[in-house]
Formats: sequence, C-alpha cells, structure tokens
Amino acid sequence: MAKSIDVSDLDIYYGDFLAVQGVNMTIRARSVTAFIGPSGCGKSTYLRSLNRMHEVIPGARVEGKIVVDGQDLYGNGVDPVAVRRQIGMVFQRPNPFPTMSIYDNVLAGNRLNAKKMKKSEADTIVERSLKGANLWGEVKDRLGKPGMGLSGGQQQRLCIARAIAVEPEVLLMDEPCSALDPISTSAIEDLIHELKSQYTIVIVTHNMQQAARVSDETGFFNLKGAGQPGHLVEFNPTEKVFANPDNEATEAYISGRFG
Amino acid sequence: MPSTDTVKAPPPDREPAVKKRSTERPGDRIFRGTAVGAATVILVALAGVAIFLTVEGLPGLTAEPDAMSGQASFAGYALRLVYGTLLAAVIALVVATPLSIGMALVISHYAPRRLATPLGYVVDLLAAVPSVVYGLWGILFLGPRMGDLFRWLEENLGFIPLFAGPAAGSGRTIFTAGLVLAIMVLPIITAICREIFAQTPKLHEEAALALGATRWEMVRMAVFPYARSGMVSATMLGLGRALGETMAVAMVLAASGTGFVTLNLISTQNPNTIAANIAREFPEATGTSVNVLIASGLVLFVITFAVNFAARAIVARSGKKMNR
Ligand SMILES: Nc1ncnc2c1ncn2[C@@H]1O[C@H](COP(=O)(O)OP(=O)(O)O)[C@@H](O)[C@H]1O
Ligand SMILES: [Mg+2]
Repeated sequence: MAKSIDVSDLDIYYGDFLAVQGVNMTIRARSVTAFIGPSGCGKSTYLRSLNRMHEVIPGARVEGKIVVDGQDLYGNGVDPVAVRRQIGMVFQRPNPFPTMSIYDNVLAGNRLNAKKMKKSEADTIVERSLKGANLWGEVKDRLGKPGMGLSGGQQQRLCIARAIAVEPEVLLMDEPCSALDPISTSAIEDLIHELKSQYTIVIVTHNMQQAARVSDETGFFNLKGAGQPGHLVEFNPTEKVFANPDNEATEAYISGRFG
Repeated sequence: MPSTDTVKAPPPDREPAVKKRSTERPGDRIFRGTAVGAATVILVALAGVAIFLTVEGLPGLTAEPDAMSGQASFAGYALRLVYGTLLAAVIALVVATPLSIGMALVISHYAPRRLATPLGYVVDLLAAVPSVVYGLWGILFLGPRMGDLFRWLEENLGFIPLFAGPAAGSGRTIFTAGLVLAIMVLPIITAICREIFAQTPKLHEEAALALGATRWEMVRMAVFPYARSGMVSATMLGLGRALGETMAVAMVLAASGTGFVTLNLISTQNPNTIAANIAREFPEATGTSVNVLIASGLVLFVITFAVNFAARAIVARSGKKMNR
C-alpha cells in the first residue's frame, strides 16, 4: 500500500514568484522523511505540492516531475481530487470539522467516496482509525460528541485518524506538533513510529530534535538569500545529517549557528 | 426632545462621579455622547411609530364593513391581506434563496477573481434600481410574458390547484409580483451570503480538500456548516424586504382588493399585500377606512418585527454552536 515518491527538477510558483527551485529527491516507502529549514524556505510549499494541495491557491503552479509508484502525479488526465484521496495530509493547526461529531469527523473522507456504508462497516472503520491514531481509549465513550470539544493534542490525533481512515498510501504532515504541548507532541511522535510500518510519512518540523527522533531521512531546505527561492541543500539519512552533514550550511543550521 | 435633555444634564448631586470621569479623554466622551444620543433617537422614533400605529389603528379594529371592502370583521379583512403578503413573500424567497446562494457561491468560490468582482458589482447594482422601475418592468415586460405562460399552465396543468385559473392574460398576478420581489431581494441575500462564504476559515476548506473533496463537496463540508446561520439571517432579511416592499407590488399586482384566500397563483383572485393595499387605497380613504388601513399597517409592523426577532434568535443559537 505504501508507495515511494520520486521528485525531479521541481520548481514551485505562486503566480510569477518562484518559491522553491530545483528539488530532486526520492522518498522511500514505509519510512519517515523529515524536512527542516528556516521559516519561509518553502517546506510547506514543497510538502503541499506532493498531494496537489498547492494548486488550490489561485495562480499557484508547479513545473517538473513527481512520480508516485510509477505514476506521474501531474500527468495529463490525473485528477487532483483522486491524488488527494491517496495522499493524506495533516495540518499545522488541528482542523476537525466544527459541526461534526468525533464519529463523523473520522468518517468524513470515507463518506466522500459516496458509496453507502453499512453501520457495522462504519463502526469498524471508526474504531480501527481511532485505534490507529492512539485516540480510541480516550474517546470511545463519547463518539457522538463534537470533535471541537477535545484538547488540541486529541484534535490533532483525530485529524490523523480522519486522514488514515481512507487508507491513503502516503501521509503528509506539516508541523503537526507545533501547536501542541510536550505530552501531546510525544504521543504524536510515538504514533508516527507506529504508522510508518504501513504508510510512507513525510513530516515538516521546526524542531530538529523531533526530526532526529522520528525520521529515517532528513532534507534540509534553505534560502539562497533574501527574495531568492528556497532549495534543497542536503538530503541524507537522518543519522548522517545530524552527525556528519555533507554541507556546511546544514551543519551551521543544526548546530544552531543560524536560523 | 425631553429624553435627550435628561442625557445631557447630569443631576448636580452626582458631582464626584462626574469628576472621576473627567480623566476620560474628550474624544471618548464625545463619542459616547453621540452614540447614546443616536441610540436614543432611534428608540424614540421606533416607539413613536408604534404608538402612532396603535392609537390611529385602534378605531379601525371596530370599523363598519363598508370601511373594510365589505368584510364583516377586521380580523377577516386583515387575514386575507396577511395571506397575500406572506404568499408573495414566500414565492419571492422560494425563487430567490437558491438563486442567491448559487450566485454567492459562484462569486466567492467558483468564478476566477477577474470575473467574480464584476459579477459582485452587477448583483449589488440590482439593489440600486428603484422599485418603480421594477414595477414598470413587471407590468410592461414580465407581465405579458407570464400571461402567455399562465394560459399554457392553465391548459396543461390546470388540475394542480396552483394553476387552476382563470389565467390572467396581463400576467399581473401574485406569481408575477413574487418573481419581481425575488429579483429585488436577490442582491440582499447574495451580498450577505457572499461575505459569509468568503469568511469560511481556510483551515476547514483545506481539511476537506485534503481528504479528496471536490469543490462542491468542500462547499458542503466546510462552507455551508460554517455559513448556516448567516444564510438563515440573510434569508430573513430578504423576507423582511419582501414583506414590506410596496411600490413594485402595488404596480404589478392587479389583485382585487382583499380577494380570496386561494392557492391559485395565475389568476387575479388573490388578496393584495398589506403594503400595496395601503398604497392603493389610501388616496381615496376617508374616515374610519383610514384607521382600518393604519391598523393593517400595524399588523405588518408586528409581522416584520417577529421575522427579525426570529432571525436574530436563530443566528444567536447557531453562533453559540459554532464557537463551542
Ligand atoms: N499563499 C501564498 N501566496 C504567495 N506566496 C506564498 C504563499 N504561501 C507561501 N508563500 C511564500 O512562499 C515562500 C515559502 O513559504 P512556506 O512554504 O510557507 O515556507 P515554510 O513552510 O518553509 O516556512 C515564502 O516566501 C512565502 O512568502
Ligand atoms: Mg510552513
């Protein structure tokens, strides 16, 4: 189910503004890939181009190639809606649907596929997804209550449950812990460890310790200068990036000398 | 006005309190004074209207039948007009609400920005057209065309009570009046819905899109739930406008005075609306028939008030739900 992603010569634009330039990388299946780098260097932009969420913004476009398991993501006739059903996303701020119960939030994506679900089938999906997101024990007695009534960390795990309920091939996470307290953060990090046996996970993080803890491979993005596009400086196994990076700028960033 | 005087002149025994307040900046004081003054004026004006309608309307409640187009009681007289008013307003809303919501969605979520902005202007422009113009358009353009349609409806769908006929060839029926009203309330509902749709948090729109929602599914998952209370209040505001609109209905609707309470939409047997009835009858009214008309005005005042109240209650309730 999990798939690898090949990116070659990717340029990402907002209208005429080139935000990210010339990215090449291969993201392995069933692994955790982390992106680090200073603010504004295009980590979110790049992540969102991986499931075609980028083009939701008016004028936003992409040049280059992204191939998921042999299929060109931006090829002719590829429906962005179908892409997003296969490549799930978790955002920086937890965003459960405010008018929906916990139960309905988990099923939101499944219901989009429009086929009628039996109650027993729906119950199974909800339980499996909430267990997968390590949230089942905390909410199983109040599935009918609104998702907004949960704590921030629980809401974020609810969003993860919602994303994995449709059994995507890849899970993208954009700073999923940056709005959370340390305990919730560690719950989500544990979860990422468990999820990688089934999914290809790509995570953007501001927190270098987090990248070191959860990821197998790390990409360091940086700006060439003010007003210049962001680019991928280094992409290596996480251990190497943190112990013995190829690039001086990576070392400077990791040792806290800038950024 | 006595009430504004009392606001301006503080009683002398509250001197210390006033001194404490003098640390307040003059700008704040002036603003507070103006705000309180304006609020008072509005309240006084509203109370004045209500008192006038009640005092002048009371004699109308017990008027003789010949002052009420032959109706035996004021209740019977008013009921028919209320029916006419509500029927025209309901027709207008049934037509205008889906159109407005669709239009608002096109402007806020579907059309490219280059197209959305002019489209928004055009819709806003509809609100700037005077009602007389709508009235003329209804009589001269829409009416005759509707008349043809009515004849066809009577022939082919006459078994449905709505189209029982006899069809009015001039087309100047409650149905046509309702359509004209629909066009008049369209810009109100569209403008409010458009604003609210555009305020939908990006967060929730993206949540839906990232799950693989199409644009329409995203609208249903994120935009509509967020905008529900706003859509209700927009519709209620449109209803308020439709209930009170006078000129266009008075011109378009060739209803026979108080008419009959009937579902038939394509003949001229329906009652008039309250507002249009007042506008038509008032020039020739004398004595208690004036009081009767004023009393019917009071009835309209109460209905509009109730509609606005209901709208606010609904908005307040669902507002609480969203913020939980
Ligand atoms: N919606 C947008 N429209 C235009 N420019 C944007 C938009 N979002 C981000 N950018 C620009 O793209 C660049 C990269 O931003 P982003 O991907 O958010 O960086 P990061 O996530 O690494 O902090 C920045 O220069 C930012 O100003
Ligand atoms: Mg970011």
